[in-house]
Amino acid sequence: MTDQIQKAISREYEAGFTSSIESNTFEPGLDEEVIARLSAIKGEPQWMLDWRLKAFASWKKMPEPHWAHIDYPKIDFQAISYYSSPKSMDDKPKSLDEIDPELLATYEKLGIPLLEQQMLAGVAVDAVFDSVSVVTTFREKLKEAGVIFCSISEAIKEYPELVQKYLGSVVPRTDNYYAALNSAVFTDGSFVYVPKGVRCPMELSTYFRINEQNTGQFERTLVIADEGSHVSYLEGCSAPQRDENQLHAAVVELVALDDAQIKYSTVQNWYPGDEQGRGGIYNFVTKRAMCHKNAKVSWTQVETGSAITWKYPSCILRGDNSVGEFYSVALTRGRQQADTGTKMIHLGKNTRSTIISKGISAAQSNNSYRGLVKMMPTAEGARNYTQCDSLLIGDQCGAHTFPYIESRNPTAIVEHEATTSKVSDDQLFLCQQRGINSEKAVSMIVNGFCKEVFKQLPMEFAVEAGKLLEISLEGSVG
Amino acid sequence: MLSIKNLKASIAGKTILKGLDLTVNPGEVHAIMGPNGSGKSTLGYVLSGREAYIVEEGSILFEGVDLLTMGIEERALAGLFLAFQYPLEIPGVSNLEFLKAAVDAQREARGEPLMSSKEFLNAAREACKAVRLPTEFLKRGVNEGFSGGEKKRNDILQMLMLQPKLCILDETDSGLDIDALKLVADCVNSQRDAKRSFVVVTHYQRLLDYLKPDYVHVLSEGKIIKSGGPSLASELEEQGYAWLDRQPGEEKSL
Ligand SMILES: Nc1ncnc2c1ncn2[C@@H]1O[C@H](COP(=O)(O)OP(=O)(O)OP(=O)(O)O)[C@@H](O)[C@H]1O
Ligand SMILES: [Mg+2]
Repeated sequence: MTDQIQKAISREYEAGFTSSIESNTFEPGLDEEVIARLSAIKGEPQWMLDWRLKAFASWKKMPEPHWAHIDYPKIDFQAISYYSSPKSMDDKPKSLDEIDPELLATYEKLGIPLLEQQMLAGVAVDAVFDSVSVVTTFREKLKEAGVIFCSISEAIKEYPELVQKYLGSVVPRTDNYYAALNSAVFTDGSFVYVPKGVRCPMELSTYFRINEQNTGQFERTLVIADEGSHVSYLEGCSAPQRDENQLHAAVVELVALDDAQIKYSTVQNWYPGDEQGRGGIYNFVTKRAMCHKNAKVSWTQVETGSAITWKYPSCILRGDNSVGEFYSVALTRGRQQADTGTKMIHLGKNTRSTIISKGISAAQSNNSYRGLVKMMPTAEGARNYTQCDSLLIGDQCGAHTFPYIESRNPTAIVEHEATTSKVSDDQLFLCQQRGINSEKAVSMIVNGFCKEVFKQLPMEFAVEAGKLLEISLEGSVG
Repeated sequence: MLSIKNLKASIAGKTILKGLDLTVNPGEVHAIMGPNGSGKSTLGYVLSGREAYIVEEGSILFEGVDLLTMGIEERALAGLFLAFQYPLEIPGVSNLEFLKAAVDAQREARGEPLMSSKEFLNAAREACKAVRLPTEFLKRGVNEGFSGGEKKRNDILQMLMLQPKLCILDETDSGLDIDALKLVADCVNSQRDAKRSFVVVTHYQRLLDYLKPDYVHVLSEGKIIKSGGPSLASELEEQGYAWLDRQPGEEKSL
């Protein structure tokens, strides 16, 4: 393919700066003692430590999975540090005024102002820096509505009944290799509880940032929407540019009780590594939602970062008439590899699921969609619609789709459509002949391709996501 | 405006243009006719700077500037416009978005302020009216699922919006119904002024009847073998191209 395209898809990673913040970081290594130390630092109750140790015991016995369409050197789990916290967090700040200004500056630089008066109106933010949640904004306002939005560490101490009841209820400790590892060593993450019948008055958002070298980030997010409640949640991620690979193994559990609705959006921009494939985040994530009667869960994701992404946000449609949706844009460039998709498990009657996946591959990257639609014998009248589109930019990249369909109920209907298209020289020529430069042209074509997914994102973030794709595709043009 | 001297150009190692000369002055309309495969579209692509086409010899000056040192966009921004024989599709990118990006780029290059959304939308609606495309076409993907004639009209719409200095229309009349042909001719005529020039590639006299070109050229095997006034078109219409081959000595009566 032409130089034009090559040029248009090369760029710098804009969130790749490091912050000089003093931190307390564990020596690399993982054993029971490390877990006990981590749990003690966080002042966790005994039940939590026991839970972690059980997870660790299972993890040790599990083989590392290698079925995904990705390729990477073996990870040395003993070479990773399992806890890092900015030093200024040792006495946790009570308010934003007490937060290390360098830390606030880091978030400013990322375009996430934490100072409440400057924030996007109507968005509450929880920021997780390395292993620790540094700040949760708008808590008071949320509390008035009865909504709990805090770090999972706090929730473990302050709302132990809720945490004990739901933690691991959707993604069990032993679910898979990375989920087990996360269960043993997770350091922080966000916790949300929306009470019965409440519409959360604002968007909730968590921002994850890995800063320290050789640290893993293992966050754990638990969102519980009680009967008839509504909540919209967004997470964003970035990391500095480093030559070593860093591991990110998160678990997100969503519980949508009867008639509840959860919209969970992710804009993932972890450092993808350089053109030669050095460095970058290994992103191994387990995200799953349990949908009770008439409940609805939408996963929307825009994935542009990470060296390796292994991620399948899923819905278990247990309750009758429950609805699961998955809207995904995954962009890979350089030597990035993504294996992502979803699982829709239909158990209840008349359950419905929609999957719209848009994969964009550029340069020498590989982008795979892997989706499972499972209709259980009880899923009377269930329906799924899957649309899986791939866009290739250049001719050295790859797009692969692995749709798995298992239907054990004859009344269930499963539809699958797939397309592959290419940003062609012809299209670029047409744009350029009209005076549009090739970078703008590629970004217009890519944005057009993603439209269906972007319109699912909350307004402000749809704009962000569009920009992120532009940054990702353009040779450092903002 | 445009001065082409001894142009030799090839594609995929095959020489197509074999020493072509053409001079277009501001305000002139030149028609180019000629058998299939003679290099008419190639000329348009070479002028627009399309990458696969290699210029081996000769020179092209556009408003006194060496066109061959300029990139595709640069030429477009300098006012060179090509309407395609086979217009291309860009699914997913709306016509409106595409037009806005193009108009913005042109204005930016000329150091003019960008049009407001409202101004732009009004201009786009006017242009739709002129080529008789319903305004809904602005929302559709660029040429996505357009009929052949609609695509051609869409190219003219782009021309109206961009106000180029030199318009190369490659068989814009092919595939147009009789009314649309008249419409396109009217659009072109409405754009004619002392500063704007047109190079119109066509196989049929009908368009030329409406356009009344200043010159008609016959391009054959990569060279202009005959040039004349509008009457040349009617001769060709009656007799075809074969008689020209038998009288190579008669070329350049201009
Ligand atoms: N990629 C290519 N490889 C080889 N030959 C090519 C290529 N592209 C064009 N040609 C040849 O170049 C010659 C000129 O083509 P061109 O499209 O310029 O003709 P034309 O005069 O526009 O014909 P028409 O009247 O049919 O539109 C043709 O013989 C064509 O086959
Ligand atoms: Mg042609």
